[in-house]
Amino acid sequence: MTDLLAARTQMAVSLGFHIIFAEIGIAMPVLMVLAEWRWRKTGEAEYLALAKRWAKGSAILFAVGAVSGTVLSFELGLLWPRFMQFAGPIIGLPFSLEGFAFFTEAIFLGVYLYGWDRISARAHLGAGAIVAASGAASAVFVVMVNAWMNTPTGVTLSNGAVTSIDPIAGMLNPSTVQQALHMLIASYAATGLCVAGLHALMLLRKSSYQFHRRALAIALAVGAPAAILQPLSGDLSARTVAEWQPVKLAALEGQFATERGAPLRIGGIPDADARRTRFALEIPHGLSLAAFHDLNAEVKGLDAFDRDLWPPLLPVHVGFQVMVALGTAMALVSLWAAVLVIRKRTLGESVWLLRALAVVTPFGFIATEAGWTVTEVGRQPWVVQGILRTADAVTPMPGLIVPMTLFSLLYLALGAIVIALITAMVRETA
Amino acid sequence: MSAFVATLGLPEVLAGVIVLALNAYVLMGGADFGGGVWDLLAGGPRREEQRELIATSIAPIWEANHVWLIVVVVMTFTAFPSVYATLATVLHIPLTLLLVGIVLRGSAFVIRSYGTHTDVARRRWGLAFAVSSLVTPVLLGITIGALVSGRVAGAAARVGHGSFVSVFVAPWLSVFTVTIGLFALALFAFLAAVYLAVAAPDPALREDFRRRALAAAAAVFVLAALALLSARSSAPQLAHGVMGTVWALVLHLCTAAAAIAAIVALWRRHYGAARIAAAAQVSLILWGWALAQYPFVVPPSLTIGQAAAPRITLDLLSIGLVLGAAILLPSLRYLFKTFAKPMSLR
Repeated sequence: MTDLLAARTQMAVSLGFHIIFAEIGIAMPVLMVLAEWRWRKTGEAEYLALAKRWAKGSAILFAVGAVSGTVLSFELGLLWPRFMQFAGPIIGLPFSLEGFAFFTEAIFLGVYLYGWDRISARAHLGAGAIVAASGAASAVFVVMVNAWMNTPTGVTLSNGAVTSIDPIAGMLNPSTVQQALHMLIASYAATGLCVAGLHALMLLRKSSYQFHRRALAIALAVGAPAAILQPLSGDLSARTVAEWQPVKLAALEGQFATERGAPLRIGGIPDADARRTRFALEIPHGLSLAAFHDLNAEVKGLDAFDRDLWPPLLPVHVGFQVMVALGTAMALVSLWAAVLVIRKRTLGESVWLLRALAVVTPFGFIATEAGWTVTEVGRQPWVVQGILRTADAVTPMPGLIVPMTLFSLLYLALGAIVIALITAMVRETA
Repeated sequence: MSAFVATLGLPEVLAGVIVLALNAYVLMGGADFGGGVWDLLAGGPRREEQRELIATSIAPIWEANHVWLIVVVVMTFTAFPSVYATLATVLHIPLTLLLVGIVLRGSAFVIRSYGTHTDVARRRWGLAFAVSSLVTPVLLGITIGALVSGRVAGAAARVGHGSFVSVFVAPWLSVFTVTIGLFALALFAFLAAVYLAVAAPDPALREDFRRRALAAAAAVFVLAALALLSARSSAPQLAHGVMGTVWALVLHLCTAAAAIAAIVALWRRHYGAARIAAAAQVSLILWGWALAQYPFVVPPSLTIGQAAAPRITLDLLSIGLVLGAAILLPSLRYLFKTFAKPMSLR
């Protein structure tokens, strides 16, 4: 394994690990605050028990999110010092704002988790709301950085050297709104439907009915609207990619030829040497319609670009298919729940809906990993699109397979322990 | 004095803010690590009460305290990107180990507090928390020791043609850096013991931490002497800065006064005063290092002015800092006020 590949793997493992905890950290406070708010409003003890149980489970997830986020702030330099030396003055600003948002989140999380008996009811609910808001703000600032890496603006180059920078323009690059929206909605959809799925499982086992029914309603109130909206946000993102990163679009769709009325491919395996995607179900004109909202729009294929500018095709194409498939399933199950609510049926009593919810429990997090793969691997060979290659950004430190192995094992162990602990906690409520 | 003030521009002010954030991290996050040390060394008839007090004192605040470190890192790569890149390259190994310590400390602590365990599992997580609390401050000290020794700059210049050891190991592995590492550990343990003596709900427990604070103060004294001694040969520029100028002499006298005040206050059981004096002592040591190094960020070659990011970044960062502080400072005040008084031990 080359040092570059080891560095990329370590970064992928670290981000892939952190992103799950970050999503939970963004959405769980919303669920907790809703439960507490219902308790204050109705006085029903189940809501208080729910808020406290969720808080207990989340405390571990928040802490792991905080420490794995710290690791990333160092790894940016430990693995990619040349990227940071170049990009620090531009992306440092959103990272600094994220620092303050994260600080606010950590402060009020402490108040929320440990302050039940120390502050007034209103202050406690307010602390939870601040945690939720600052978590969302953190996500927006961090995603701004990633959006800039995809569509870098605010930097003027002359013969490869930076002549002037505009960090504000960098923050407001063409991908910022779309990516931030997509990430936020993903957080609420993944976390909401995961929690809903766990409580649906408990309901299927006929355990403490009232408690889990209330839990299911709150989790779905957050997760279902997000899952239904996510395809629209995805459409927005895809059109931005089509406009600004055509080679990424071509890779994620497995589109080799530049053509008008390009088809949308479902499934399939891209074959770089034969320059075609095999075994795909093709919907005529679908891609032109999806990417440009025009049946006969011209879509640039991979053959419009030098082959050394192609990202690795298989993970990007498969990642995209997995993300879309799982996202669609989540949206459909959420629509089903919405229809039942509109028909005034009790959610806890529809066994088939509960089963469907149980099945989609992990879908949101898997879709997140797949989507993250699409946006990150799809940008290769660049770390900053069109400006800095990943290979030119890596540290000169040799033997990177050692820290890569170290962090992989550490996160593997930590992930297994956290899953075991959360499983034990969920069982406790049965 | 006026000559010194005349050299201060925005880059110098921002470097000062970074030291200030590091100061806050040391006083708050450092003490949380020190708490882990006393968890490891808990003993006597009140061993479990000691651990309980440490856990309840740290639990609500450690995550917020930890964020100061992220503020230091983020401000460094925003305002002084070349410094961040140089340190992250040459000090890759100790920083990676530091991260492992940070991950283990935080995870083990929260898993011990929240997981559902048998007593054996609880003790094991407690041990992981305590050991990582012991190792992490040493690595932080080693990193700072490497920076002040002036060997980082030399190693950075050898990247690409120097041997692996000369570039990636030698700058941070020496008697001097390890001494600074142990010194940092002693300082954190000292702070924690003093804070815990203030927070202790009963006289016997308070007495436990008073004795520990006095022992830690003695360790601080010995390690400070050793550090200064080895600085003469390992970090001559720092030694000169620390000992050679009039400014440094004044700072030294203040540090010594704070140290003596802390010990006297502990001896006489004036715990509030001891806390203020201990915090002042540790802060003065940190600022003493920063001023001794001035105007270099990576001595002996890279100055604050040379390493600074473009002006527009510094301007925007300053605006961000003012806005951030306006939200942050009242929030922090609220956090500490909310948890100032121990309710009762579970």
